Amino acid sequence: MEHYLSLLITAIFVENLALAFFLGMCTFLAISKKIEAALGLGIAVVVVLTLSVPVNNLIFNTVLREGALSWAGLPDVDLSFLGLLTYIGVIAALVQILEMVLDKYIPALYSALGVFLPLITVNCAILGASLFMVERDYNFGESVVYGFGAGVGWALAITALAGIREKLKYSDVPEGLRGLGITFITVGLMSLGFMSFSGISL
Amino acid sequence: MSEMSAKKVLFEPIFTNNPIALQILGICSALAVTTSLSVTLVMCASVIAVTGFSNLAVSLIRTQIPNSIRIIVQMTIIASLVIVVDQLLKAYAYEISKQLSVFVGLIITNCIVMGRAEGFAMQNPPMLSFLDGIGNGLGYSIAILFVAVFRELFGSGELLGFTIMASVNDGGWYVPNGMMLLPPSAFFIIGLGIWALRTWKPDQVEEPDYKMSAHKTREAF
Repeated sequence: MEHYLSLLITAIFVENLALAFFLGMCTFLAISKKIEAALGLGIAVVVVLTLSVPVNNLIFNTVLREGALSWAGLPDVDLSFLGLLTYIGVIAALVQILEMVLDKYIPALYSALGVFLPLITVNCAILGASLFMVERDYNFGESVVYGFGAGVGWALAITALAGIREKLKYSDVPEGLRGLGITFITVGLMSLGFMSFSGISL
Repeated sequence: MSEMSAKKVLFEPIFTNNPIALQILGICSALAVTTSLSVTLVMCASVIAVTGFSNLAVSLIRTQIPNSIRIIVQMTIIASLVIVVDQLLKAYAYEISKQLSVFVGLIITNCIVMGRAEGFAMQNPPMLSFLDGIGNGLGYSIAILFVAVFRELFGSGELLGFTIMASVNDGGWYVPNGMMLLPPSAFFIIGLGIWALRTWKPDQVEEPDYKMSAHKTREAF
């Protein structure tokens, strides 16, 4: 249990996808002007990550991994080079299915997340989390925890940035730094702040 | 659109319409791989190759792709190209591919590749699209090389492994700035780089959301 808790804390704070690994930066900078939008996107990312990382974990361990196909009489087959193509396909399909399920059963959530769901397919944080999962060789339980934690960390970062940017637009920023430039500096300072979490270990 | 010359298509993305500084595309992978220059150079070459060839491939079959599944087709083309690059790196530059870790795979979701395939290659002939891909790859490379040079030079006093400023640990005079090797410095350098670029080309400055109005004494009463 303690192992999972430590993994969760690490994924949320210490190895924050956005601030320590620079993943999902494009959406991170583009959708962080308003808190509501940032929060909606954040929740969508948490949902998709919690589903896609475990699913990719199952596929990797049962089909792609070297020797994983030995039950089918193919012990020498190593399909791990197909990984990238598979993960991105799984993510795209998952987003599509999630969209349909939400539309049918939870229309309120669907209309709240609506525009953000398609954006998520091309969010590098989603693919990045799956690739980290493969690289670090997580088992199924760990991958569920890691997916959830990574999503929460990303959502936390984008919501915090949106909060800062909502205040920042009233300030008198030097001309060349306006907009994108000052946002980068702000994210840099946030990332510096998050580094103070790196001392945490459970 | 027809009078777009090859030269303009190739060079415009480098400074006037830089994918990183202006279009906010592809920043994700840009920052993580810039701690040392040699790794960055490999990353640049991979990105240029993928943007160029994916634009070429998408443009070649642009009239055959049904509109409703074009995103999936583009994604498959890009993913296949990235797999080729990844396997090549693993075969011929294993050390560097270990350092790049997941970031080669993340070229797939690099918005530059997808954005140019969707925004340019779908409407333009193959040769022009190929050049546009190369140009955008170069624009991306210039931006991340700029960051990498700063980070490696000030972070460890070296460039490409050659000592430029002898650090204190080796008996020299330069005290390495450890922060340059940490994630936040990449954000600062890009932010300041954008500031410099926009001071040089003022037409890229964004409009403010709110304007400070001049202070009037009357309002005080």
